[in-house]
Amino acid sequence: MIIGLEHYLAVAAILFTIGVFGIFVNRKNIIVILMSVELMLLAVNINLVAFSVYLGNLTGQIFAMFVLTVAAAEAAVGLAILVTFFRNRGDIAVDDASMMKG
Amino acid sequence: MLSADLAYAYPEVILAVGALALLVVGAFAPKQTALVGGGSVLVLVAAAIASATQPFGVAFGGGLISDAAATFSKVAIYLASAIAIPLGQPWFARRGVRAFEFPVLILLAALGMGMMASAGDLISLYVGVELHSLALYVLAAMHRDNAKASEAGLKYFVLGALSSGLLLYGSSLIYGFAGSTLFPDIAAAAGAPDNTGLLFGLVFLICGLAFKVSAAPFHMWTPDVYEGAPTPVVAFFAAAPKLAAMMLFARVLADGFAGATDQWQQVLVAISLISIAVGAFAGLVQKNLKRLWAYSSIANIGYALLGLASGTSEGVQGMLVFMILYMIDVTGFFACLAALSRQGRAMETIDDMAGLIKERPALGFAITIFSLSALGLPPFSGFFAKIAVFKAALDAGLWGVAVAGLIGSVVAAFYYLRVIKVMWFDGSAGATDKPPMEANAIAIASAAFAFPIVIVALYWLNDAAATAAQALGLV
Repeated sequence: MIIGLEHYLAVAAILFTIGVFGIFVNRKNIIVILMSVELMLLAVNINLVAFSVYLGNLTGQIFAMFVLTVAAAEAAVGLAILVTFFRNRGDIAVDDASMMKG
Repeated sequence: MLSADLAYAYPEVILAVGALALLVVGAFAPKQTALVGGGSVLVLVAAAIASATQPFGVAFGGGLISDAAATFSKVAIYLASAIAIPLGQPWFARRGVRAFEFPVLILLAALGMGMMASAGDLISLYVGVELHSLALYVLAAMHRDNAKASEAGLKYFVLGALSSGLLLYGSSLIYGFAGSTLFPDIAAAAGAPDNTGLLFGLVFLICGLAFKVSAAPFHMWTPDVYEGAPTPVVAFFAAAPKLAAMMLFARVLADGFAGATDQWQQVLVAISLISIAVGAFAGLVQKNLKRLWAYSSIANIGYALLGLASGTSEGVQGMLVFMILYMIDVTGFFACLAALSRQGRAMETIDDMAGLIKERPALGFAITIFSLSALGLPPFSGFFAKIAVFKAALDAGLWGVAVAGLIGSVVAAFYYLRVIKVMWFDGSAGATDKPPMEANAIAIASAAFAFPIVIVALYWLNDAAATAAQALGLV
């Protein structure tokens, strides 16, 4: 079997969906949400690199570099906010983030 | 040529260098918050002047566009960001947070928003969106000893990261099916008959951007973030980033997807109607004023999207006029909330406002003006804003949508009028503290703009917005 563009796209779509579900279905830990966000961004990177190779055009790989950089910054900011949340509440369960509703 | 390209990017260069330099100043002299704050305001004003005077053109291989639309929104974005600094810094200082990072984060957010306004390519779009979002997440959680603020920051971060993921997935599909990340190339591919893959990507991109402008059904974060985040930060959130995201929305659709207007028009009409309905009905049961104005902002973004949904240059013009007038209203309203407190406790619920007109006549009057303006009552600025949008929608033949929008506006009138009734006719709930000078001044200046300055300003604003709208590709 020859592995073509559509296989890569399918893998990326599956990973992306797992990432989105990880955010919505997960009811336990906020760290898992951060991991899910990372999964979504990496799924996009697979898409970008696969398209780049398929089209013979380097823009996609450069875009992937930008995505990697931004993902690192995003993880840093997310963890920092999580630390302030933990200091105030002493817990990082998803259900605890419910002071405000309506 | 790099030096030739840089001539189109002076505002961005000024902001980036200014932010880094002030960060170094702050790191070595952390007590000098006033110096960093004043320096940031100067940098923002310098960037606004630079963008008002810069030449038009395309730089960095199409990644950065400098045209009338970018200039119009950048000047507004930078000035709105500059106001947020004198409003926010003393507010934080009174609560024991003397962080020099606040003005620097505003500068970085302004840099990202400026990039959003002049993005000409999916990569600069994404980098601009992320730069402004990351700064905003931190700003929401800036009051870090406050449990509500850190929860607001966390919720904003999680949902914002999700929306960036959707936006990025859409961008990757658009890149794959168009073969390029440049908007003109995408437009060429979108005009071709077989563009299903591209439209699939566009839907993801629209979902991501709708998150950023807090349009329903992607609005879940808005009420929580508005309620939890520090009030002056909300005054900033509700103004400049919304304009930047709407400008980006207009640019992607007009420059990148001009060939697929019929398709995106339907999506935008649906999002606009849902936003107006959610904003009007969910606002009815709110008791917290910050939450109430979060729903009001959802409804108002619905009206702005209605202008964009017209798919005409007139619609973009209406959207820009609407956003500018709305920005001034919302900044003034949250400045009022930042100014008001009773025995050191912030006044945030509708009941807290009881009898305010006798306690603080000037601020009570200002809140009345902002409420009537957001409701769209003549002769206040909100009326002219809605006229601009509805006229464009009617000219584009969207009769049914315009009527539904008007009905939403009538429903929302209930909650605006209830605040006014409580302020003017209920018994006083006790003496309030003396309002701080800067928040008071910003609130009263914004109220004076909402009426009567707007009548004079509109002549100029309409022309500027028309020039800006013509720079985008729509007819």
